[in-house]
Amino acid sequence: MNGFDEEQIGRLLRLLPPAPEGWVRAAQELPAARAALDELVARAEQDAAFRLQLRADLERAVAAAGYEPSPFIVSRLRQLLEAV
Amino acid sequence: MAVEQTDAQLVSRCRAGDPDAWNEFVERFSRYVYAICGRGFRLSQQDAEDVFQEVFARAFERLSELRSDDAVRPWLAQLTRRLCIDRLRLIARDTPSDAEPDEREVDDVLAQLDDAMAVRAALDKVGDPCREILDRFFCRDESYRTIGDMLEIPAGTIASRISRCLEKVRTELDGRSRASRPS
Repeated sequence: MNGFDEEQIGRLLRLLPPAPEGWVRAAQELPAARAALDELVARAEQDAAFRLQLRADLERAVAAAGYEPSPFIVSRLRQLLEAV
Repeated sequence: MAVEQTDAQLVSRCRAGDPDAWNEFVERFSRYVYAICGRGFRLSQQDAEDVFQEVFARAFERLSELRSDDAVRPWLAQLTRRLCIDRLRLIARDTPSDAEPDEREVDDVLAQLDDAMAVRAALDKVGDPCREILDRFFCRDESYRTIGDMLEIPAGTIASRISRCLEKVRTELDGRSRASRPS
């Protein structure tokens, strides 16, 4: 990978447009989402009524608990509930 | 010129729990993952978004399993590739078609994207204002007028600035290539 002329450099730069800002932001918020997920899992383990709410309507139960039902939280919680 | 951090250094900071490192990690690789989804596998925006988020979620969860911090880019490429294929198979299950792309075509696109990432790294090293001008022109497809307005520079000078900036990137790439060549 060397010896590119200016035209090739321009062509290669065009191959990497920015990802949509919202996608990038959501990915950057993963550490916070991970912490929220841990709290939700801990609560679900201790609270049978909350577990039932999660099974009935996962996204609504997460939002009602005061957390953003991001795709990461929803998909990971769904996997955990299916595994139980 | 901007201070450049290697992929391995960035991964090491992520592992150490540096709060800014993950943001930089996503910033550095978001275009790459996005391009693999779009150019490599031609996923729709909706499918690409799902794969994009899943790639970074898994990367976040499994970064500690990476054997060599230097290998993060191929690791991400492989992860993205696998998740794109899974997604295409899921789509094909619901809507049968010959949607799965030719492996060799995907390999070619990935090789081009690796070259593009090397150019991108050189551009980051050159830094602003070149980074911003070239990014706006080539990656965001902005006109001379828009670039001039946004950066408050005469639109008539944009073409010559682009040319000079490309020359700087080429010089940076040549320097890297010489530095990596065995003496």
